[in-house]
Amino acid sequence: MSREDDVLRAEFDLEFTYTRSTGPVIGRFYTDLRDGKLCGIKASDGRVLCPPQEYDPVTAEDLSEFVSLPDTGVVTVWNWVKQPRAKHPLQKAFAWALIKIDGADTPMLHAVDAGSESAMKPGMKVKVRWAKERKGAITDIACFEPA
Amino acid sequence: MREVAIVSYAQTPMRRDAGANNDVEMLMGTLQEALSNVGMTQKDIDFTCSGSCDYLGGAAFAFVSAVDALGAVPPIAESHVEMDAAWALYEAWLKIQCGKADTALIYGFGKSSHCALPDMLCLQLDPYAMQPLWPDSISLAALQANALLQSGKYTERDLAEVVANSRRNAKGNPKAQLKGDYTVEQLLKEPTFVSPLRKHDCCPISDGASVLIMTTREKAEKLCKRPAFITGIDHRIDAHGLGMRDLTVSTSTRIAGEKAGVHKGKVDIAELYAPFSHQELILRDALGLDPAKTKINPSGGALAGHVFMACGLDRIGAVATSIMNGEASRGVAHATSGPCLQQNLVAVLEG
Repeated sequence: MSREDDVLRAEFDLEFTYTRSTGPVIGRFYTDLRDGKLCGIKASDGRVLCPPQEYDPVTAEDLSEFVSLPDTGVVTVWNWVKQPRAKHPLQKAFAWALIKIDGADTPMLHAVDAGSESAMKPGMKVKVRWAKERKGAITDIACFEPA
Repeated sequence: MREVAIVSYAQTPMRRDAGANNDVEMLMGTLQEALSNVGMTQKDIDFTCSGSCDYLGGAAFAFVSAVDALGAVPPIAESHVEMDAAWALYEAWLKIQCGKADTALIYGFGKSSHCALPDMLCLQLDPYAMQPLWPDSISLAALQANALLQSGKYTERDLAEVVANSRRNAKGNPKAQLKGDYTVEQLLKEPTFVSPLRKHDCCPISDGASVLIMTTREKAEKLCKRPAFITGIDHRIDAHGLGMRDLTVSTSTRIAGEKAGVHKGKVDIAELYAPFSHQELILRDALGLDPAKTKINPSGGALAGHVFMACGLDRIGAVATSIMNGEASRGVAHATSGPCLQQNLVAVLEG
């Protein structure tokens, strides 16, 4: 019974036998990103939220009124990462920032390739650097860069 | 409302790496210590509730193995939250309020030494717009710290003062991992890590476990000279998206503090779960605490040792211990969860 052939074997693939739909709001955001566009959604109080949210953050109402947005914005808050971690979107020193897309009222999180910490300023104008290959995900935005 | 009081609390030393000790081994001695403090065995416990994170163990239902430490034969009434054990305490408190139990044992444990905790914490983020970017917990905290500095409310010097106080207070805490005398000037000379935060502004990675026992007034008064009564407890949550809230304040902490009745009396001590130095300042403001009147984090707080999933319970345990020892009459304990103080629990304890 010592031969390899005598050992009982069974194939086993670990898989999750369900699919997840991103739904009408995140789905629209992702589809726009794939097409190289940005969108926001109108909240109950008229503010434009980007990234769009399915529910109003204050009243919890369903949201559905989309607003097309440009791929430019301004930095509201940032930090400076000297040594990127292995999974970070950039493998050189960069800033994480909250970026208010022009026409939106709430900021989104992303990376800014600014070269140096001293280049980061409040109200700094930035634009999207699109990923070479886009597939409908937040990573379709490779990062933002000074505009 | 039934009056519920904490009668016992035990904690392992917080260590950077517990080595070959697994969760059960970390827990067993601490459980026995908490039970023997009040002359109890597991048979005296009506309800047991734990808080831990399966991602640390790297397997679904990893928390179940920890039940081995309890000796759960014959079967016991037991529950678990995939949250800090402060929320396990909240569940047990509700169970007692509902009349389904009189005495509850709560435990929390975490062994973070074998994983990259700042990266692992990305898994709690919005899975669509944030998590795929892998913004680690230190990076997000640094964003919040910069928002606070830019607001002009505090300076880097204030952050360093929080750290110096924590290290100094921790000298009196035999369980603390980081302690010592540091001047603000010394700390400010250190280079930034994820700017504007320096390494000492961030909590350490710690392994450990904690156990707490609470019961009704009638039983508590027989078990303990000065039980620590929970006179208020509440938890609230802020919006999921970081851009949806003002990062320089903690609205959920403020509301939880009001609901728990923080200012219905004098606050002798406060233990705040602030994994990053600037967050202690935000929490202090949210709860309206004056450091001249209230001792803040006399244990050293999360900056002196941070057992992920037990640190919030440890804040409650530290306040309860001060009351049981007669060092304080009334105190506030706070626990947090999520990025940049997203979810917060506040408990008021009185002797």
